[in-house]
Amino acid sequence: MSKPLLEIEDLHAKVENKEIIKGFNLTINEGEVHAIMGPNGAGKSTLSYVLCGKPGYEVTSGRVLFKGKDLLQMSVEERAREGLFLSMQKPVEIPGVSITPFLKHALNSLRAYRGEKEMDTVEFMKLLREEGRKLNLNADMLKRSINVGFSGGEAKRLETLQMAILRPCLAILDEADSGVDIDAMRIIGEGVNACRTPQSGLLVITHYQRLLNYIVPDFVHVYTGGKIVKTGNKDLAEELERTGYSEFVKEQA
Amino acid sequence: MTDTKNEIQIADESGDKYKYGFVTDIEADTVPTGLNADIIRIISHKKGEPEWLLQKRLQAFEFWQTMKEPHWAKLKYDAIDYQALAYYSAPKQKTAPKSLDEVDKELLKTYEKLGIPLKEQEALAGVVAVDAVFDSVSVATTYQAQLKEKGIIFCSISEAIKEYPDLVQKYLGSVVPYTDNFFACLNSAVFTDGTFVYIPKGVRCPMELSTYFRINSRNTGQFERTLIVADDDSYVSYLEGCTAPQRDENQLHAAIVEIVVLNNAEVKYSTVQNWYPGDKEGKGGVYNFVTKRAACRGVNSKVSWTQVETGSAVTWKYPSCVLQGDNSCGEFYSVALTNNRQQADTGTKMIHIGKNTSSRIISKGISAGFSNQTYRGLVKAAASAANARNYTRCDSLLIGATCGSHTVPYIESRCKTAQLEHEATTSKISDEQLFYCRQRGISEEEAISLIVNGFCKEVMQKLPMEFAIEAAKLINISLEGSVG
Repeated sequence: MSKPLLEIEDLHAKVENKEIIKGFNLTINEGEVHAIMGPNGAGKSTLSYVLCGKPGYEVTSGRVLFKGKDLLQMSVEERAREGLFLSMQKPVEIPGVSITPFLKHALNSLRAYRGEKEMDTVEFMKLLREEGRKLNLNADMLKRSINVGFSGGEAKRLETLQMAILRPCLAILDEADSGVDIDAMRIIGEGVNACRTPQSGLLVITHYQRLLNYIVPDFVHVYTGGKIVKTGNKDLAEELERTGYSEFVKEQA
Repeated sequence: MTDTKNEIQIADESGDKYKYGFVTDIEADTVPTGLNADIIRIISHKKGEPEWLLQKRLQAFEFWQTMKEPHWAKLKYDAIDYQALAYYSAPKQKTAPKSLDEVDKELLKTYEKLGIPLKEQEALAGVVAVDAVFDSVSVATTYQAQLKEKGIIFCSISEAIKEYPDLVQKYLGSVVPYTDNFFACLNSAVFTDGTFVYIPKGVRCPMELSTYFRINSRNTGQFERTLIVADDDSYVSYLEGCTAPQRDENQLHAAIVEIVVLNNAEVKYSTVQNWYPGDKEGKGGVYNFVTKRAACRGVNSKVSWTQVETGSAVTWKYPSCVLQGDNSCGEFYSVALTNNRQQADTGTKMIHIGKNTSSRIISKGISAGFSNQTYRGLVKAAASAANARNYTRCDSLLIGATCGSHTVPYIESRCKTAQLEHEATTSKISDEQLFYCRQRGISEEEAISLIVNGFCKEVMQKLPMEFAIEAAKLINISLEGSVG
């Protein structure tokens, strides 16, 4: 039996004094892919931010264990160093900071945390070029500032590249498909799959079923009103595609 | 009160003695505080200066007394009592620390981070005299010999006054006259020492000239005077300053740097300024009122100012270029970083006079903590400056919600064919950016340093290599504690 990676028990959280997450439960075991689907405004991004510890997102009750450790006690960077990665829905621009040194810095922060030796520039450049090629990101793009002037698809591919370099235990993909054309979606899907190991897990947050054609989930959860209201297998995603979320939203109301 | 009176009396007595030609060798630490014509005579005499220079000093002093301290800059500081200052060779303070144990712990931490050897730390903190530590006399001599071969003069201004009076007399005060401004006038009256550089015709200086190789130039920070003359077809790159924060008992600094650039010559002047900024409340920091100006007198002459400023409690500084020669070119690349309670009012002036003159201004201001920073710049094209070109880019970066940043560009054109461009941006390191970096495992402090270094990269690249590495380190250290 595989070990639990992430265990969320009765999680409640608020943003700007408004409760968004209301009794959320989920366990992700090693090797599993979970998809969370839900309508706009269901609080899907809030969930990913709460798990990553973004300032301003306050957990009011509940428990979250990551690899058996209390995740909620950790700082944002500690969670990342423990192996939690968030592919962001709208990655922010950081002018002046080019991708290459940024990512090298990030990787070496993780390695230092794990007690591994620093990766030197030569080795890192080799890795970066290799992974970049798989995601159709050429060397010129990797010289640019983070997300500055990137199209939606480029920004999402860059998020995937970071995942490929950092190799997280658990990656949360927050709408990795938004603003992405069909070719880029395939590239991203392949990129994400290439990072999977029997020990790692994936939490895919999405509106649409499309991405799940590439990243096939073991479980699909319908998320609305701050909690999971239904769980099924990949067929549930296809069903949702046909029927929409109205049934679940009504139930909530 | 009575103490002050006594001191003034002593000053008068010393002056009298001088008048009668009876002068004992006055110890540095017996020159009293305060400023009057006699004090200036003492300074001049102690330095063994010629009469013409004394007369210049006295003339400046007389004029200074009619001037008022300027207050147009966006700076707030306690009134300066000019009579309470000592104007000669910074007499050894009784309060000087006897060992590093007595030195501010924060300062020592910074030295450690910069990787400064213990001996040098002692010198910087004022525990021992600088020349007792920098056993680089032989190094200096080696370089001196190499320079001499090429006819390059690189010495203290005092030495130059004695050895090369014609050159000094010809150029000193020709770029910044004593009437220029209050602080320049004060400097003209009381300057103690500084640097003189002369690059002869057609000579390309084979090394970066740095004050480091001229050990006796240290400890002259208070009223420093620098004069650089680049003769026709010559080139020199000059480095001023030091990345290590230097403690200085003298709170007021009023330096002058004059650069003369003749036909087809080029001067690169790089500065790293890191005078003591005071404690977290801004107490005890240096007031830095500097006049730096370059005159591009020759055709095709070029001057480039590059500066990284992280020190001082109060900075008032506008390195300028007067572009007289046709096709001459002026550049100003600046990174100014203020933290805690620091204040900086800084920028540049580009005065276009000759035809086809061009200038470029890249200014990067970073404010953190409770600091306040103003970019103040003037770009002026005279009627004679046909086809003058200027490009100005002025970016400000704010860290936190309690600092301030202001931009005051003055643009004046009297010439129809001049093209003057100004671009400015203000940005803030956003919570989103910090979250993004931290989510990738990078700590908040490292994230800020990455963003800041990215922000000023364009300017840092203009610094000579080894200086740039030190300056980047310095910026990181100066940012510490800005997270909040």
